[in-house]
Amino acid sequence: MCLAIPARIVELEKDNAVVDAMGNRWRAKTTLLPEAKLGDLVLIHAGFAISLVDEEEAKETWQLLAEIADFDETSDKISG
Amino acid sequence: MTKAKHDRILLAHGGGGQLTDDLIRHHILPSLRNDILAELADSAKLNLNSKSVFFTTDSYVVKPLFFNGGDIGKLSVCGTVNDLAVAGSKPVALSLSLIIEEGFEFESLDKILASISEAARQNNVNIVTGDSKTVEAGAADKIFINTAGIGEKLPGVDLGFEKIAAGDKIIINGTIGDHGITIISQREGIKFQSPLKSDCAGLAELTCQLLENTNGVNPVRNKMLEVPTSASRGISNGVKFMRDPTRGGLAATLNEISKATELSIEIREADLPVNPTVQAAADMLGFDVLTIANEGKFVAVVSPESADDCLNICTNHPLGKNAKIIGEITQNRDAPMVEMTTKIGGKRIVQMPYGRELPRIC
Amino acid sequence: MLERIYKAQTTMDTACKTLGRQINIMEVCGTHTVSIFRNGIRSTLPRQLKLLSGPGCPVCVTDQSYIDIVLQIADRDDCIIATYGDMIRVPGKGGSLEKNTKANVKIVLSSEDALQLAKDNPGKIVVFVAVGFETTAPATAVVVKEAAEQNIGNFCILSGHKLVVPAMRALVSEKNHNIDAFLCPGHVSVIIGYGAFTEIVEHFSRPCVVAGFEPMQIIEGLAEICRQLTTGKAELTSVYKAAVTEQGNTTAQKIMAECFEEADGYWRGLGKIEKSTLKLRDKYSQLDALTRFNITETPGEDTSGCRCGEVLCGLIEPPECGLFKNSCTTENPIGPCMVSSEGACAAWFKYGPER
Repeated sequence: MCLAIPARIVELEKDNAVVDAMGNRWRAKTTLLPEAKLGDLVLIHAGFAISLVDEEEAKETWQLLAEIADFDETSDKISG
Repeated sequence: MTKAKHDRILLAHGGGGQLTDDLIRHHILPSLRNDILAELADSAKLNLNSKSVFFTTDSYVVKPLFFNGGDIGKLSVCGTVNDLAVAGSKPVALSLSLIIEEGFEFESLDKILASISEAARQNNVNIVTGDSKTVEAGAADKIFINTAGIGEKLPGVDLGFEKIAAGDKIIINGTIGDHGITIISQREGIKFQSPLKSDCAGLAELTCQLLENTNGVNPVRNKMLEVPTSASRGISNGVKFMRDPTRGGLAATLNEISKATELSIEIREADLPVNPTVQAAADMLGFDVLTIANEGKFVAVVSPESADDCLNICTNHPLGKNAKIIGEITQNRDAPMVEMTTKIGGKRIVQMPYGRELPRIC
Repeated sequence: MLERIYKAQTTMDTACKTLGRQINIMEVCGTHTVSIFRNGIRSTLPRQLKLLSGPGCPVCVTDQSYIDIVLQIADRDDCIIATYGDMIRVPGKGGSLEKNTKANVKIVLSSEDALQLAKDNPGKIVVFVAVGFETTAPATAVVVKEAAEQNIGNFCILSGHKLVVPAMRALVSEKNHNIDAFLCPGHVSVIIGYGAFTEIVEHFSRPCVVAGFEPMQIIEGLAEICRQLTTGKAELTSVYKAAVTEQGNTTAQKIMAECFEEADGYWRGLGKIEKSTLKLRDKYSQLDALTRFNITETPGEDTSGCRCGEVLCGLIEPPECGLFKNSCTTENPIGPCMVSSEGACAAWFKYGPER
């Protein structure tokens, strides 16, 4: 119920954003986070950005972000 | 060849008359070109070398019909080819049965037929016989496909649950969860943009290579590999069992093996190949990647002596480059179960999934 | 990572030895429950450290009468029910949304999708089943405001939003005196700030540590709790430095306060808890499904033999309920703790028992 993952804002117009999480792109609203800017790492829950995420702390916190360097495939060649 | 006059399927296309003839001659046959099918006989005659044949069937109702990395057509060929491949056979021929809803666009049908044709070509199988029916609008969701397939048993290969023993290793040929997550990403109501593609692919070439080089069939040095294989070293019990983890994912397949053999299985999360993009999407949606369907993967249970060779063969093939040894068969403590050591060193049980997580993925 | 785990385990072992008794730590978020199981965390903890699952699954604590109201509305021809996924399987007296094949039910991932449904279907009334804690309530508040500002007359919500701190207070003051500390919900805390747990720390002297949902977060959160138990001094802390602050998301808090007021409410298994639910303010009553359809909520007693209530208070573990794995399974759930993917019973069923 409290599923939220870190994602980067790649498009932003007023409070309509597109966020990117490891290549997946979702639409999200920044109504609850007016201070969010293009390029920020944010936490997305139920279609809303609810918090800014500290970049350094993020690597310590989310295993996936720390592990990405280990995965051989680039985002161009996805399946396999 | 006369141009088709209609842009959509009509009920009459299934009536057995002129329109049916049009459908076959102007759409189906041109796509699926082969001599046996062209005879349009009631039954196809096959000349087989082996006395033992494998026979399988599957129906395909996937939604959406077209997705990144494939469509219902490609799926219908690869799915059945894979069922034959993991049984230890070389796929030879497929039947194709179409149930088409009135109003379905010919443009889409032609695309699907082209996919079927391409998939068949890539997997060295022919569609030798088929059938098509049309039903009134609402009686089917656009198109349903059934394929049945025949494969010739590879000589000297005898796979089965009864061959599996404690100590055997478990190999998967690549990343898990790609197909299921791709499908869901293109579904209405959930839609998100993703670079992900379904892993839909026919595995027969890889499985045949695996079986021929580790099971004593052709105990010669595999020209592709520089190192001698188990077979050439005289170790003949390589691959014991294979299954493709489709609906229910890896979790379902491992539980099926555990239940049938009454042995336990231990796997390591750190060794599971998972694409980070798939993991991120699964995290967002709350899914466990272990339970998500795959359409271009097989799980192989192999003897410990042959495990490294099997892995080598996989990683040298385009469909196995991310292959990993993910665990082993173990003796039971109490009841047979599937257990996973997590990335943080914890242990958890992997249960048979409830099965309702993703509707109509294949 | 292994170094960090070892350090955390050492802290936990020390606490267990120092205190010389079982330590009971309650986690109050269903997402924590699932993460703990999926990562096999219990098997990495010292034996004397017991993790209790609390009422942190909003679906699990939704009173049966709420579901019955949703089912009542779902029977109408002029309504579309918009809901987050889990709610469709929760059983009420009259079945569940999933089993009601006549009902027009759409699963949404966001409250904005529910509002869009209303805009796309002017001939129907869209009723949004607004369930969730403070993480999710602001998302509902946003669309309530939007619907009011844009005069969208065919949209309303049935608020089942609940507040975490009142439940924690009720637990530690009366329902379960064996709770030594709380592992606090990471994403609720993003909204309310870790300062919200001050009362539990100061008044009840229970350590409250906020943690995220990654396994390392949970392990380090538990280690911090153990450190505090060893010193005997309850503190207010957060290990979720990446996203949680002491004051929380004030924009979200403001918008919640604008649309909702606190009201007494019924929690399945816990009974009535004061000022623990969110009710739409009078100025937004036209968007309240209860007002619109003239329905009064009458909380009901659960007579099915289900012991979800005791599970939710951390008094028993799911296997101690006679229905668990017998008549109550994930395929045929009797109580909400089995229905919800974050319920303790479903988690035990799917992933446990852990060694």
